[in-house]
Amino acid sequence: MFITRIFSARISNLVFLNFILIDSKRNDANLVSREMAIQKKKKVAAAAVAAPEDPKKAVKRPVEASAPTPKKKKKVVVKNGGDVSAKKKKVVKKVKKVTEEEEEPVEKEVSKLQLLDDDDEEGLDGLDFTQQEGSDDDDLRDDYSDDDDDDLPIEKKSAALDKKKEKILKEGEEELQLNIANQATFELPSVEEIENEMKSVPNLEIIKQRIADVIQVLGDFKNRRDPAKSRTQYVEVLKKDLCSQYGYNDYLMGKFMDLFPNGAELLEFLEANDNPRPVTIRANSLKVKRRDLAKNLINRGMNVDPAAEWTKVGLVVYDSQVPVGATPEYLAGHYMIQGLNSLLPVMALAPQPGDRVLDMCSAPGGKTSHIAALMKNSGTLFANDASFDRCRAIIGNLHRLGVNNAVVCNLGGEEFSKIKPNGFDRILLDAPCSGTGVIWKDQSVKTSKDSQDVQRRHTVQRQLILSALDSLDANSPNGGYLVYSTCSVLVEENEAVVNFLLERRHCELVPTGLAIGVDGYTRFRDYRFHPSLSMTKRYYPHVHNIDGFYVAKIKKLSNAKMSKQAVLEMEKEKASAKSQKKKQAAEEAEDSEEESGDEEKAQNGKANGKAEAGKKKNKKKGGDDSDDDEDVETAPMKNIGSGARANKKRRNQKKAAAKQAAVKEDDGFNTVGNVKRAKKPTQFKSKVPKRAAARTGAKSVKNRRKKMLAKQQP
Amino acid sequence: MRPLTEDETSLVFAKLASFIGDNVSMLIDRNDGDYCFRNHKERVYYCSENLMRQAACISREPLLSFGTCLGKFTKSKKFHLQITALDYLAPYAKFKVWLKPNAEQQFLYGNNILKSGIARMTDGTPTHAGIVVYSMTDVPLGFGVSAKGTADSKRADPTALVVLHQCDLGEYLRNESHLN
Repeated sequence: MFITRIFSARISNLVFLNFILIDSKRNDANLVSREMAIQKKKKVAAAAVAAPEDPKKAVKRPVEASAPTPKKKKKVVVKNGGDVSAKKKKVVKKVKKVTEEEEEPVEKEVSKLQLLDDDDEEGLDGLDFTQQEGSDDDDLRDDYSDDDDDDLPIEKKSAALDKKKEKILKEGEEELQLNIANQATFELPSVEEIENEMKSVPNLEIIKQRIADVIQVLGDFKNRRDPAKSRTQYVEVLKKDLCSQYGYNDYLMGKFMDLFPNGAELLEFLEANDNPRPVTIRANSLKVKRRDLAKNLINRGMNVDPAAEWTKVGLVVYDSQVPVGATPEYLAGHYMIQGLNSLLPVMALAPQPGDRVLDMCSAPGGKTSHIAALMKNSGTLFANDASFDRCRAIIGNLHRLGVNNAVVCNLGGEEFSKIKPNGFDRILLDAPCSGTGVIWKDQSVKTSKDSQDVQRRHTVQRQLILSALDSLDANSPNGGYLVYSTCSVLVEENEAVVNFLLERRHCELVPTGLAIGVDGYTRFRDYRFHPSLSMTKRYYPHVHNIDGFYVAKIKKLSNAKMSKQAVLEMEKEKASAKSQKKKQAAEEAEDSEEESGDEEKAQNGKANGKAEAGKKKNKKKGGDDSDDDEDVETAPMKNIGSGARANKKRRNQKKAAAKQAAVKEDDGFNTVGNVKRAKKPTQFKSKVPKRAAARTGAKSVKNRRKKMLAKQQP
Repeated sequence: MRPLTEDETSLVFAKLASFIGDNVSMLIDRNDGDYCFRNHKERVYYCSENLMRQAACISREPLLSFGTCLGKFTKSKKFHLQITALDYLAPYAKFKVWLKPNAEQQFLYGNNILKSGIARMTDGTPTHAGIVVYSMTDVPLGFGVSAKGTADSKRADPTALVVLHQCDLGEYLRNESHLN
């Protein structure tokens, strides 16, 4: 009896704890706390299952005995868990609906849990066991004192206890069901099921819950996975759910999932894409100071503040009683409405007064006017855009903002490499892109972009960036810089394009000089980029609270239209051609010398003459090597290394040649001092490398076979 | 793109002179470089010589604008100033008028200026003279023609027209597409 009581008290305690946990879980959106709650629940479930084993036998008798017990008792018992159980029942129903397909027997799940967690039981029991028990006792005592019927008090007590226990057992069972149901997200539905679900009215709550659960599983895949399902299945389900939740198409969501493998970050990013960024304006430093502008705007009834510490011209507008785009200050050209992200490429470009600058895709002229402001209206500024309609906006904005050093033209970006080759000091290429960084501005991006769109953009961007670099002047005194930027976060439109340029042209990446931003990728999935691509900068809406953006700054090294390696090779070739010319000249000189020396040769006699000629030739070669080659041929190599190794090789060759010559001259009586080494008998040397041979050796083959067999048998 | 002909030059300068008087010469004799007027697609552009040369390498069709557009020749060969010329008119203007804050908005929507909206006016403004309109914070808002001189407007009733509207900054929003 005593044992059963303890058990029942314990179970009630556990169940109680369980309820608390469930409630806390409901309130708490925090993932971490959820995780903890689930882990605790597991323990509780395990305990609840472990407990009833022995009391089960004892249950039968008291139930029969308790038949005549008065109703009052029941009421009391119900009071204990009445409202909670009702609540819980609701939950159970709800969850049951969700996971009707679930077929896995409860038993199995339970045993699994037990195996996992039964070592933690003790610690849990010790938590606040005594207090709970005490309260239970109070209840019981009350019952007991109220009812004085024909049964013995101890019997009554036991009956009450049994009643209670039964109740608790029931609840525990339900609780278990609920626990299992809650964990049912581990039981992953297949993609087809989800698709079917989508066809009917999708339940957003369920989807949200499933997203959270799958992300949680993926967070610690090894321990939380369902062993029957693969990671791709989980990811596939997650992708489907995210697509339906946030309204993206499959392709784009896949791209984002690649970009943000961390589930929490992905969710943050997707949320940020739905929220608008604050309205920001740029004070036009050609006409007004930021401080004065802020004062004027505040007088107009706008609530403005400096936007960020890294910009001296940006203002953020919190709220405004007047339309931001129609105040007299706006019309007078005191400011321009533009996102903070569009200040970045111009800051990276850092145009100097007097430069020749080209903005290749400039509409609607925000960045262009910023450039003009930095140039203080001096030099020349070409503002180009391929679309005529958008060019009108450029003209309007530039005139409004008081820019008078600008030429507006409506050309394809590729034309500039033809009409003004090497004609600019700095170029800003804000390439047309898929706009995946500014989804909040245009929600249609979510569904309208597919792989073909991105591929097309990628192609256009590559053409533009080549053209831009070709119209850049590498020899300009303080220029030769190209800034490439996009409002996309996809790697295909950013790093891949810049990497392509690095492969094709003689240029290098330089630091952008921007204080904020995440470094660009040097490797991303199957892409492997040049290591210097880490100098480029990426911006994300959820990290920096500005639009998704990418900035790369490139310095042109020479006006040659070829890659860096090709340029090096060409230099080498040039140098070698030069050296050959010198060599030829030297040979001609030598020939004339030889002619003069012929008479001497005749005097010395034929036998000696031959040897001497050979020696002379050798000498000549050696001389050439030492004089010309070291000067000229190593010239291009100097760019690469110190040339120490090449020099050493040459020295050794020279030594060996001298030795050989000496040996040749030896008359067999060892008069020269060089002893000819006896040749070693050639040893057999297999052409097959040792390792390769080992791989096909009998022993290794045998071993391998053994291993394979061992693998197959279990 | 071509230099202005004799007739065109006289037309343009006459119009400019009605606003800035003798200061027209300041537009040509500048100490920070050579500046020139060019006619491109019947529009008159004012820019530095250097910029003009750079712009010349772009062919006629795709070249949309260079320097500052002052105005355009109509089909009947009259010269109309555009709002874009305000940058050069405002600093040298001979006659000015300052608007009360509540009349600013009226003017920026393209309306003529009534006497009630005027806070200040240059003394000695004759009738039918070019006049530049300022806000009380000395921001140029546009320009027009005086319908009444200073003396007349003092005697006129508050609803009388004083300045006839020609161009205002609101045009940047209203007809952005007609600026070039």
